[in-house]
Amino acid sequence: MQFSRKDLLGIRELEAFEIEHILQTAESFKEVNLRSIKKVPTLRGKTVVHLFYEPSTRTRTSFDIAAKRLSADTFSITASTSSMVKGETFLDTVKNLEAMKPDVLIVRHSASGAPHRIAARTSASVINAGDGMHEHPSQALLDMLTIRQHAGRLEGLTVLIVGDLAHSRVARSNIWGLTRMGSRVVVCGPPTLIPPHMDRMGAEVHDRLQEVIPEADVIMVLRLQKERQDQMLLPSLREYAVYYGVDRDKLRHARKDVLIMHPGPMNRGVEISPDVADGPSSLILDQVTNGVAVRMALLYLLIQREGAASGTADPSV
Amino acid sequence: MLDVLVRGARVIDPASGLDETADVWVVAGRVQRIAPRLDLPAERIEETRVVDGAGLWLVPGFFDMHVHLREPGEEYKETIATGTASAVSGGYAAVACMPNTNPVNDCAPVTEFILKRAEQAGSCTVFPVGAISKGLRGKELSEFGELRAAGAVAVTDDGRPVTDGRLMRRALEYARRFDLVVISHAEDLSLSEGGLMNEGAMSTRLGLRGIPWVAESAMVARDLMLAELTGSRIHIAHVSTEASVRLIREAKSRGVPVTAETAPHYFTLSDDVLSGFDTVYKVNPPLRSREDRKAVKEALADGTIDCIATDHAPHSLLEKDIEFEYAASGMIGLESAFPLVCGLVHEGVLTPGGAIAALTWNPARILDVPVGRLQEGAPATFTLVDPNAEYVIDADSFQSKSRNCPFHGRRVKGRVLLTAVEGKAAFVYRKP
Repeated sequence: MQFSRKDLLGIRELEAFEIEHILQTAESFKEVNLRSIKKVPTLRGKTVVHLFYEPSTRTRTSFDIAAKRLSADTFSITASTSSMVKGETFLDTVKNLEAMKPDVLIVRHSASGAPHRIAARTSASVINAGDGMHEHPSQALLDMLTIRQHAGRLEGLTVLIVGDLAHSRVARSNIWGLTRMGSRVVVCGPPTLIPPHMDRMGAEVHDRLQEVIPEADVIMVLRLQKERQDQMLLPSLREYAVYYGVDRDKLRHARKDVLIMHPGPMNRGVEISPDVADGPSSLILDQVTNGVAVRMALLYLLIQREGAASGTADPSV
Repeated sequence: MLDVLVRGARVIDPASGLDETADVWVVAGRVQRIAPRLDLPAERIEETRVVDGAGLWLVPGFFDMHVHLREPGEEYKETIATGTASAVSGGYAAVACMPNTNPVNDCAPVTEFILKRAEQAGSCTVFPVGAISKGLRGKELSEFGELRAAGAVAVTDDGRPVTDGRLMRRALEYARRFDLVVISHAEDLSLSEGGLMNEGAMSTRLGLRGIPWVAESAMVARDLMLAELTGSRIHIAHVSTEASVRLIREAKSRGVPVTAETAPHYFTLSDDVLSGFDTVYKVNPPLRSREDRKAVKEALADGTIDCIATDHAPHSLLEKDIEFEYAASGMIGLESAFPLVCGLVHEGVLTPGGAIAALTWNPARILDVPVGRLQEGAPATFTLVDPNAEYVIDADSFQSKSRNCPFHGRRVKGRVLLTAVEGKAAFVYRKP
C-alpha cells in the first residue's frame, strides 16, 4: 500500500486504513530501535527541518531521533515568539524555508492552524507536531500504537480521556483517531474545561469522574496547565485534584487491567498521583518509546511518497 | 455633468414610496423629471444620451453608514481616495467613516482633514463619525459640539465597546444636545477576550478560542436599557446574533428609540467557512451559526434590522497572511455588497423596495443626512443596477487597496452599472 498524502496535518482527515497503515509501519520500525546500531540508511540525503515556534522537549527530541535513525539530515529553527513579534511575516518565514529545499517540515506552533497555512505554501511535506489547541496527530498515533500493543486491539475498547479537554490538542486528535478505529471515547472534566458541542466530535461527555471510571479499559490523563486557575476556569488546583485527579482511591472501582496513559509532562499530585504514574498499569514511558517508532513511520511514509520508485525505502534495510 | 435619459427602468425610491417603471431625465447633472413616459423637446433629442433601462433598476445612490477608510494613519491599507473609489464602484454615493484612525477622529482638525481629503478625492460624499471618547480610551467624552460643528454626523468608539456603563449613559445624554446618534459597538470584552471566532462546534473542532454570542447580546441589552433610561437614540452596529435580534425587536415594540444594522457577511456566511483556518473570514463580531444567520435575515425582512452597512475594513497581507490567532479582524465589503443584498431579493427574503431602502433611505434617516433619495430638481445622485446580471466576484478588479474579501470567486447575481454622484458619473461599469 502506498501512503499518498503530502502532509500529515491532523488525525481528523485520516481514514481508518491510513491510520492502520501508519501503525503497521511503526511496528516494523520498533525493531530498529532495539538494535545496538540504531540507524538505517532509508532517508539518506533527505532534509528534515524542525520548525518549533513553541517550546518542546519530548516531541522535538523524538522527531529528531526518528529522523537521525533513518539517516536524514536534520536542522532546527526555533522561535521563542511568533513571527509577527519578531518582525518577520509568517509568509516570509515560509518563503525562506522553502528556499532551503527541505523534504519535510515538522511544525510546532502555538496558533491553531499554523501548519495548515505552511503546508499550503510549500512543496515540502509538513508534519503537524502540535498546533495550538487543535491537533497533535503523532501523539495520537503513538497513543493508539501503545494501546494496541497492550490491549491487543482498538476496536470495542472504552477509552476515558480526563482533564482539560478545551485546551488539549492531544484530546482532539485522540477522539478522532480512536473513534475512527472503533473505540468508544468518553471524555470527562469540569464543565469549564469541556468546550461546547464536544459530543459532535464523536465523544461521550461526562463531568463526574468516579461514575465513568469503571467503564474504562484505558484512562488517558491530560496535563492541567496551572494558568487555568488565573483564567477563572478553576477555583484551585487542590479542588481539581480532589475531583479529577487520577489516584489510587478513584481507581478502586476501575477494571483490574485498566491501562493508564499521560502525554506528559506530568503535574504529579495534580492530575495524576505519583503512585499511579509509576504503577504497574502505567504505560507512560512506553508511550515515549513508541513515539520514536511512530515518527520514523511518518517520516518514511511521507518521503517515500516521492521516492517510492528509487527502491531505497525499505525499512528492513 | 450628466445629460442622460434613462428609459423604462424600474425606479425605486423608498423615501417617496415610488416603485414603478419610469423614465428619468437628467439635465446638466440635475434630475429634471421622473415620469412614466417622457417625450423630450425636439431641440434636446440630439444632445441627450438615451439609455435603455429595460430590466434595470434606477435607485438612489447607496449610503453605507459604516466603513473604515483608514486615513489618516493606515494609508497602506486604504486611503480616502481608494476607499471612496471602492464605494462608488459598489454603487455607493455616500459613506460614513468610523473614527478609529490614527490619530483618532475625536476632534475638529481630524474631522476637517477627512472632509478635505474627501473633497479632493471627489468620488463620493463622506460623512465623518466622531469618537465617543477621547482617543477611544473609554475614559472621557470627546467634544461632541466641536465634532458636530466640524461636520461629524454621529459618534461611536467602533472597533471597541464603551465598557464603562456610566460613560455610555453620559454619551447618550450629551449627544442629544447636538443631534448626534450614538452608535454602539456591542461587545462585552470580558466575555470575548482572547476569542478568535464564534464559540460553537466549529471552534471546538478547530481548537480556536471562541467568542460566545452572549458577548455581543449582553452588551446590546445594556445599551438598549441605557437608551430607554436616557430617551436618547441609539444605533446598534453590525448585529450578528439571534439573541441581539430578539432584544432589539422587543425594545422596538416598546418604543425604545433604537435602530440597527447588519452587514452582508452576517446574512451570507456562517462559521462553517472557517474550517480551513482562512484568515479572510476572521471578523469582529465573528461569523456566527446558521441559526444566527437565519435570525439576521428574518430581522431584515421584518424591519427589526433597519439597514445594511458593510463594515468595510481593509487590511493588508501584513495583518492577514499570518497565523489565524494573530491576524486582524475585518473584511472589505463595498464592492461585493450589492450582489449579496440582491441575493436576498432573489431568495425572497426582501422585496426590491425593502432591499433598496436598507441601502439608501433607512441609513440616511438614521444619521439624518441629506442622501439616499431621488428628487426632481436636485443634483443627480443615483445608482443604476442590473439585478439579474450573473458573474463571478473578482477581488483583483476592486478599487480598494486591500484584498481581504471573503467573496472572491463567488458566483453572484446583481451588478452595479452606474453610480452618479451630485450630477457626475462617478463610476461606469465597463466590460473587462
